[in-house]
This record gives sequence, C-alpha cells and structure tokens, in this order.
Amino acid sequence: MSDVAIPKIGCGDLPVLRERGQREVFCGLTGIVWLHRRIQDAFFLVVGSRTCAHLIQSAAGVMIFAEPRFATAIIEERDLAGLADANDELDRIVDQLIERRPDIKLLFLVGSCPSEVIKLDLSRAALRLSKRYTPALRVLSYSGSGIETTFTEGEDACLAALVPELPASPAQSLMVVGTLADVVEDQFRRLFAEMGITNVGFLPPRRAADMPPVGKGTKYILAQPFLAGTAVALDHRGATRIAAPFPLGAEGTALWFKAAGRAFDIAKSKIDDVLAKPVARARAALMRQRAVLEGRTIFFFPDSQLEIPLARFLSRELGMVLSEVGTPFLHREHLAEELALMPADVQLSEGQDVEKQLDRCRAAAPDIVVCGLGLANPLEAQGMTTKWSIELVFSPVQGFEQAGDLAELFARPLRRRALLKV
Amino acid sequence: MQLTLWTYEGPPHIGAMRIATAMRGVHYVLHAPQGDTYADLLFTMIERRDQRPPVTYTTFQARDLGGDTAQLFKNAVADAYERFKPEAIIVGASCTAELIQDDPAGLALALDLPVPVIPLELPAYQRKENWGAAETFYRLTRGCIGAFPRPARTTDRLVKTCNILGPTALGFRHRDDLHEITTLLGQLGVSINVIAPLNARPSDLARIPDADFNIVLYPEIALNLATWLERQYGQKFINITPIGVGATRDFIAKVAELADIDATAMLTQTASRLNWYSRSVDSTYLTGKRVFIFGDATHAIAAARVAADELGFEVVGLGTYAREFAREIRTAAKLYNIEALVSDDYLTVEAAITAANPALVLGTQMERHIAKRLGIPCAVISAPVHVQDFPARYSPMMGFEGANVLFDSWVHPLMMGLEEHLLGMFREDFEFHGDAAPSHLGGKPVQAQPEPVLTTNQATAIWGADAEAELKKIPFFVRGKARRNTERYAAEQGTALINIETLYNAKAHFSS
Repeated sequence: MSDVAIPKIGCGDLPVLRERGQREVFCGLTGIVWLHRRIQDAFFLVVGSRTCAHLIQSAAGVMIFAEPRFATAIIEERDLAGLADANDELDRIVDQLIERRPDIKLLFLVGSCPSEVIKLDLSRAALRLSKRYTPALRVLSYSGSGIETTFTEGEDACLAALVPELPASPAQSLMVVGTLADVVEDQFRRLFAEMGITNVGFLPPRRAADMPPVGKGTKYILAQPFLAGTAVALDHRGATRIAAPFPLGAEGTALWFKAAGRAFDIAKSKIDDVLAKPVARARAALMRQRAVLEGRTIFFFPDSQLEIPLARFLSRELGMVLSEVGTPFLHREHLAEELALMPADVQLSEGQDVEKQLDRCRAAAPDIVVCGLGLANPLEAQGMTTKWSIELVFSPVQGFEQAGDLAELFARPLRRRALLKV
Repeated sequence: MQLTLWTYEGPPHIGAMRIATAMRGVHYVLHAPQGDTYADLLFTMIERRDQRPPVTYTTFQARDLGGDTAQLFKNAVADAYERFKPEAIIVGASCTAELIQDDPAGLALALDLPVPVIPLELPAYQRKENWGAAETFYRLTRGCIGAFPRPARTTDRLVKTCNILGPTALGFRHRDDLHEITTLLGQLGVSINVIAPLNARPSDLARIPDADFNIVLYPEIALNLATWLERQYGQKFINITPIGVGATRDFIAKVAELADIDATAMLTQTASRLNWYSRSVDSTYLTGKRVFIFGDATHAIAAARVAADELGFEVVGLGTYAREFAREIRTAAKLYNIEALVSDDYLTVEAAITAANPALVLGTQMERHIAKRLGIPCAVISAPVHVQDFPARYSPMMGFEGANVLFDSWVHPLMMGLEEHLLGMFREDFEFHGDAAPSHLGGKPVQAQPEPVLTTNQATAIWGADAEAELKKIPFFVRGKARRNTERYAAEQGTALINIETLYNAKAHFSS
C-alpha cells in the first residue's frame, strides 16, 4: 500500500441525490443504548414522553434485563401546564434517581422532541442540578430528539456536551474521538504506543474521572464519521483535527494510523514497520470473505453515517459493486478522504423519502440490502437478502483485527440464504 | 413527571398502529417526528411480520417546525392515499405532534378523499397503548358503518351469528387464541359474521351490526366497542375470557344461550388434558404453592382462577397495570382474600413481589426481569412480551388446548417433585443444593440471592446463630415466608432473640 493511496479521481465532486420525505431512522436517544455501557458511571435521564421510554426499551431489547443506567422522566399532562412546575418536577425526579443510584458520577439530562417543543431548558436545569450536587455528581445536558438528531448523532450531541468539561492542558496529545469497543480501544492504544505516540486519550472515556485533557497541543482524530458537533466543540478548545478516512478495513485503518503518525512526525519507516504485520493479517482475513462478496451488488439505506466508509471498504477491499449508498447526513469535510476513495460512478443519497428509495431498491435488485429492522424482514419476504444496519454500530468493527469480522457481517446473510433449503 | 425505568404500555398511537396493522385495507397517517418509526420494528421484529405496517409517518424535523408542518401532513395523507389506495384512512398525532397542534382531522378531511377518513384523538400524556387501541377500534368501526353498503338484515334467520372482537397485531397469543375459539364455535355450530380487527377490512367492520351477538375476546381492545354496539344495535355481548377449563365452559354455556344451541355434550365431555394432569398424583406437590400474578387485567384475573381452582396454587398477589380495569381486578382479588395491586410503576410491582415472597410469578416480560433478580421461577401470561413469546408453534392461552399450554408452561419453571423432596432431606449436596437452579432446567447453580429485607417496623428481634442455621435447612422457596412468620411471631411474643425454639414455636403457631 502506498503512503498516499488517495487517488485524484473520486466521487468528491459527484452530485448527491438529496431527498426529503418519510425517514425510516432512529432518533438520537438510541445512542444511549451503547453510551451507557461505555461510560460506566454515567446515567442517562431522558426527559420526554412515554414514546421515548418505549423506544429505548424496545431498542435495548433483552439487555434491559440488567439494571440499566438509563431511565425516562415521563412528562405528564400537569407538566405541560407551566414551565416552572416542570423544573421542580425534574429536580424531584433527579433526587429520586440519585437516591436509588448513589454510585453515579455523571448524569446526562437528555432532551427529546416533547421537551424541545415545549422549550424546557435542560441546559439551565443541568447547571442548577450540578451546583446542587457538586462535587459528587456532574449534570450535563444534550439533545437526542428526533427533530434534531438521527441515530448516531445522539452520540455526537453527547460528546459535544462533554467537550467543555474536559480538563485543559497545553501538552502535546492525541485524542481518539468516538465510541469504540473496549477491545478495539486497547488494540489502538498498543499500536500508537509502538509508533511512539504515548499521550493518547479516548473520548468518551470508560469512566467519568478519566476525561482526556484538551488544549492547543491536542490533535484529535475521529474514529466515527458522525461527530460533526463534537469536532466543532474540540476546535473551540484549540484542538486540531487530523483528517483521515475512517478505520474500517485493512486499508482504512492503515490510512487512519498513517494520518495520525504523520501528524506526530513519526518516521514513515517506523509507521510502516508497526503496521506491516496487522495489515497483512487483516488482508488475509479479508481474502476468505472476498470469495463470497466479490462482484455482489449492495444497496445502503441511510441509518448511521457509517454507510460511506463501509461502502468504500466493501468496494475496494472486497470487490463489491455499489448500487446506492444512502446516508442520513453527509459531512463533506469529514468525509473528504472517504469520498476520494469511492468509485466515481457511485450513486450517493442524503436524507430519505423511504417509499421512493424502496422503489429504487427494488428496481436495482441488489444482492444485499443494508437497512434498519423496520425494513429488513419485509424486504426478505420479497426475496431480497438484507443486513440489518444497527448491528454495525453495536459490534467491534473498527481496526485491523476486526476487518475480517466486519466483512463476515455482510457475508453471513448471503451464506445463510444459500444454505437454507426451506 | 414520572420516573420510569420500564413502561408496561406504549403510548396510545402504538395501540392505533396495532389496529391498523391487524387489518387490511386500512392506512394510518401519523403526524410524528423523525425517529418514531421505531414502532415499525415492534411488528417486523417482535411479531416477525413480513410486511411493513401500513403507517405513513410525517417524520418532521426541527427545520420543519419553522415552516409549514400542516402542509407536510396534508402531503403525507395525499401521497399515502395515492400509493396505497386504502379503503379507509385513519389520521392522528403522536405525543410531539399533539403539542404543535396541527389538527390532523381538519387537514385530512379538507383533502376530500373518496374513502372514509377517520380522525383519532389520542391524548398521549394521559392515556396509553391499550386505550389507544380500544379507541381506534371503536372510532374506526363507527366510521366504517354506513360508509360501506351492506345487505339488508334478515331478521328471521334460523342460525344465529356472532362477531369475534378484539384480536390485534402485537397481541399476546392472539393468533392462536383466535384459531382455538373459532374451532370451538365451529364445533358448537355457531356461525361467525365478522372477526375484527385481525385480518378484517373496513367493509367487514361495516357488517358488524348484522350479527346477533358479540364475543369480546379481549376487553382491553373491544369492550368499548361492544358496549356501544349493544346500545346502538341491541347486540348482546359475551365478556367471559375463555382462559382455563372452567372459564372455557362458562364461555361455551353463555355462547350456547345467546345462540340458542344445546351445548350439553360439549360441556360434559373432558376436552382438556389439564383436568387429568392436575389430578394425577405427580401434581400433588403443586398444592398451595404461592403464586404472584400480574399483567393486563384480563389475563391476570383469568390466570388467578386457573391457578386457584385448576392447579391448586395459593394466589398471594394479584395485580394489573391497567387502571381502566381496576374495579375488575379488585373484585377478583377479594376471592383470594388479598388486596389487588393496581400500578404501572415497575418498582412498586417489584416491591410487592419481594414482600409476597411467592414460589412462582406469573406475569409479563418485566416480572421475568424481577423474578430473575429475586431468583423466583416465572412464566409469562400477559403482554408486554418479547420475541420469544410470539412462538412458531401453536400456543393458545384460550380454550381447551390453551389450558394444556398453561399447565405445561406454568409447571415447567417449578422444581420437580422428587428433586424438591430430596432437597428437603439433604441440603448439602454439592450440585443439588438449595440455592441451585432446578436441575431439569439445566442451568448452572445460581448465586444465592440475599433474602429480601423486609421494611416492617416490627422485625426488631435478632436472629441467633443457631436459629439462622436452622432456617437454612428449610427449603429455599418457603424460607422467606418462614423467616417472616418467625419474626412476626417474635414481635407478637415480645421475644428479643430468636432461637431454634422460637422458630419451631412460630412454625406450630402458623401451621394451624
């Protein structure tokens, strides 16, 4: 792999089909499902309606059998009568919650569509409650509402709320931004250490007390493509972004590490040395899946903003043919390196009109469709093979060692379809 | 505001979706923010439906709020009509859309579509899922009657006919209950006019008044409608939930009465294996097992009767999350000399189960959660349920086959008789000890659960080490009760220190 593997011709300038209509996507509240497991002493209190509570409970599925670190303060009729009352109610609920969970160090008040429409000021409530509970508990707020955020944008809003809280430090440091599986974080830490980058922090951290410091010496690299707001907040604190494609697949991960290495003036030979073995391992793992996936067409419905990096990985490293690649939101600056790697003839779409997109999907008759759970079984019943997209957010998929697993996620539904004789 | 970890019911528009999804030829246009489409996966994943629910969402976003959300809604209705060509449309708002007050009813009616358009008023901050389903079913039926032509009713026909009202999408075992009950009615020779809402079309709803009487299979869904139909068309209705052998017989008798049919043969024959299974000596050890029952009111009340009269359990707790049926559950609880629990607060239910210390919990998905924490066997009898309770196999709750299913599924989580005896005799086996899971369930030994700490102010006596050790020799599923009784006895007697003597005195005192 050459150092600058970014070809001049990509799809960076191609027109994007922008659509508005019914959107078959989750709201940002869903981010709580993984964020509450990542930050182990944080609690997420949604201020919303019964619908919000029902959504999280449905999305969390069986996991909710463990004592969850999230709950909903359900707005009732009398709360709608006057705002002052709603604030008193919120204080009462938080008292009740802290009594039940005194171990909590960080509390997020999470805004929802109802709380935003009635303009309940959660940021002021968070300030008030923070004062009251300091220093045992910090209270922050962000919006996970459907009107403001789509699925993974909930994580963006959460991390952006954390950024002003990060300790200040002018020291040279690297910050990796975006939730990663514990195992992936550990692998990344090892590789950075081998390259000679030791002052590495991760946002979000595993515990509220381990917030990475930020300042003029901080260079941050995004591990996830959906972090527009967090990046702006980090820029405000003086940090600078390292532009890179996202660490999916052998190529994406290598380019990601190389970008970080260059930013810290690590010698090219050193970086190549460190990456040689894991790159070779990842490529070997990918070769096995390539037999199933090569030449197959794939269609992405919008869901998480991971679609473009995934499509890049599937087309370049596994030889898949891209039909349409839909994304709920396309951040051109953060995805510039990705777009440059995409085949020039790809059809990108941003936003959604689900009925029209379904028409296009059926007309394209792709070999595999990446979509949400609301569409997956109905499409299977129509004879299509689907890969439900949420799993891509819940599984360790980033990094070299997971490249094969990531390909397997797409190969499995195709192998299954071939296997079943009923 | 109410702090909620778990909600037993969804918002009312989910109830409306259950009606629309159950039916054919109905489309639901829901004014709702982006993200509310999560509800689709309840149907496509939990119930494993092979089609998208017939629901169009406006999925407005923040930027739309500055503009014309009303126009957005009108377009959504017009597009949905063009694309799906339904026979009837229902329109309504979700909780957030309720706040922005776009008047879905007025907007949809202004489009002047050539099919009935039925607006729904579902107050999302007051009411919940089942209420929403009942209201939708009632409004939709009212809207369809008169909107579709129906043949003139022949008043002097010989065979009486009935409607079956209540089965919906996402209903707990509705699919198989309906099969069981229609089979039963077929055997009785009763003819069925309309089954609704499951698989009915709007034009079928319009024919509902043609029947002689109505069968309310699920009161949570269909009681409102049946009450109105009785007032409006003089249709009598049967509101006996045929869960369990006794209730099924009562149901048959009532159907026979309204249909002018002789059901003597069916009432005398033994049609369920529960009768014999429950009488066989293997079931003797089930006698007096303490059971806590919670769920929707219909299933909870029916389960209590089966538990007490057909399995010989002792009902020590009975409750429902459905406030609409508080009176019914209180009446039923009196039969067992207990106070009914009416609450939709899962923490309250958890506290009540802890205090009652049952040997078996019959409840919803949430009680499974509670029972797992407390280490108590549990079976699911009511929604809300998860994917495993929409099984592939035939699994009714109702009718005689339903009784067979109940027998198997309620007894299964309990420790089997011989193992229970052996545990009473030998407590220190390294595999089959008192804190291990029943061996027929194949599970690993569970961690010993700390026994529930009771918040009674009378439990002031201190346990002596000898008495504490003796208490451990009592089988685990009655140990909590023994501890509580002993402490109560000690308090009554003014004993400060509980020794072995106190323990056995208490045992003798309470065993009378």
